[in-house]
Amino acid sequence: MNRFFADTSVMAWRNLRRTLRLPEMVVFATIQPVMFVVLFRYVFGGAIDTGSTSYVNFLMAGIFVQTVAFGSFGTALGLVDDLQRGVVDRFRSLPMNHGAVVLGRIINDISINLISIIVMVIVGVIVGFRPTGSPLELLLGFGILVLVSFSFSWIGATIGLSLRTVEAVNSGGFLWMFPLTFVSSAFVPVDSMPGWLQGFAEYQPFTRMVDAVRALSLNQPAADHVIASVLWCLAIIAVFLPISMRQFRRAALRA
Amino acid sequence: MEHSRAELAVRARGVEMAFGETRALRGIDLDVPTGTVLGLLGPNGAGKTTAVRVLSTLLRPTAGEVEVAGIDVLREPAKVRERIGLIGQAAAVDEMLTGLENLTMFGRLHGMRKAAAKGRARELLTRFDLDDAADRIAKEYSGGMRRRLDIAAGIVVRPSVLFLDEPTTGLDPSSRLAVWEIVRELVADGTTVLLTTQYLDEADQLANDIVVIDHGTVIAHGTSDELKGQVGGGRVTITVEHAAQLDLLTGVVRAVAGAEPVVTAGELRVTAPFEGGARHLPELVRAIDDAGITLAGLELRPPTLDDVFVHLTGRSTEDADQEQGA
Repeated sequence: MNRFFADTSVMAWRNLRRTLRLPEMVVFATIQPVMFVVLFRYVFGGAIDTGSTSYVNFLMAGIFVQTVAFGSFGTALGLVDDLQRGVVDRFRSLPMNHGAVVLGRIINDISINLISIIVMVIVGVIVGFRPTGSPLELLLGFGILVLVSFSFSWIGATIGLSLRTVEAVNSGGFLWMFPLTFVSSAFVPVDSMPGWLQGFAEYQPFTRMVDAVRALSLNQPAADHVIASVLWCLAIIAVFLPISMRQFRRAALRA
Repeated sequence: MEHSRAELAVRARGVEMAFGETRALRGIDLDVPTGTVLGLLGPNGAGKTTAVRVLSTLLRPTAGEVEVAGIDVLREPAKVRERIGLIGQAAAVDEMLTGLENLTMFGRLHGMRKAAAKGRARELLTRFDLDDAADRIAKEYSGGMRRRLDIAAGIVVRPSVLFLDEPTTGLDPSSRLAVWEIVRELVADGTTVLLTTQYLDEADQLANDIVVIDHGTVIAHGTSDELKGQVGGGRVTITVEHAAQLDLLTGVVRAVAGAEPVVTAGELRVTAPFEGGARHLPELVRAIDDAGITLAGLELRPPTLDDVFVHLTGRSTEDADQEQGA
């Protein structure tokens, strides 16, 4: 177990150092959600009816959760890059804990997500976002985002280790995120969608996560959403952690 | 191959590896006595890399037994990983980390403490003449420097067995010599080395024993001299001016040399074993002249490992590569 922590910290250190040397990755990861904030706040926002809640207050939770979900793309890219360069082969030949290779990468991606979220909060406040939750609620909301980031990263890891080439990940590794993030409560109220779509939008995990963060940031009843989000995250981890580790072990098989 | 098990750093028996329908290895036996260098030779796609991956615990073979440093690779891969170093075809160092950071990281992943890992990293940088580049990121290194860093990363904990997969492919001649020197030093320190190569002179230079594989099976093994002995005396290589005369030349050479020549049509070249040596050369030249063939060149030379390869596979190494690339 000690070995696992030691290896994980070395791998996290390695990835964070890489990130610091390629700051443009972080900048791009942050610019995109900033554009979403501006686009939705000023272009689409006026046409979207969110009742008594101002649109920008409604929007920001969706942006936060979308940002961390898209962050899992970085996990996929980072791992497939290591795979293609033969770095994964070398790690696999070392007497180290192999789970640490993936976890070290995920810790890096969560760190990037945290930076993005802080930038998002600042941008949000500039364009009129006024969270009303208590400090404890806001902290819990932050915690939910970290958990979402962590669980989605295992999906990213599975994708990266399964697709095996940077090109494949670049062209297809993020497609699944579009229906998940847009057919949800992230940008519009679900009840504005046609009935047949509402069924999916209402019950899919992304909506619950957005609802949890939204309720916590706006001082609304949040308990159900929080519990549902945590359960969804645990379920995602339970499925994708073992699959990604299996893909890691098999990584050399078809290469 | 009469070594007791205890003297063998690598012992493989009947190793098979299938990827779906493709049988990359079809029953390979290997013995590498401790402290020696085995050269695994073969064209691209022969199964060299697959063999190295199996021996270094990355791939679980479909069948067979493998022991490395006396440990069963299938039963205790984790223990084997403590005793080996693997240097793959791609220089698998982190391009965005400096030389010092890379080596320190690999030391730590071997379980060394930070200070010890850093000390060892400094030592290796000095030994591999990378002191000046210690604090530069590996991305800025030349191919030869990156390869040296890569090898250094593979020997951070002084492995008992080192696997080198085509260590000099793509390197310039002076970097190649530097890598050869490093391998010789490691062997002098007691490390057992298994290296794959497409360069026959590399195997000739470094290896005590050579195993030639093709299509996933061992087609020959022995020392360089033993293998050359198998192809007999000298070789005669003849080139012609006109492609149209190639068939005629082949017939003449077959008749005089008494052996089946190998024709490399693209280079208008015919090569054949020539047991008789220089004394019989005039006879060959006369026969060629009588047939009205215009010679472009003629050479008589001792056999090389290339000849061994042609003799064993019926193809030259270049042909085998092209076949793979097609």
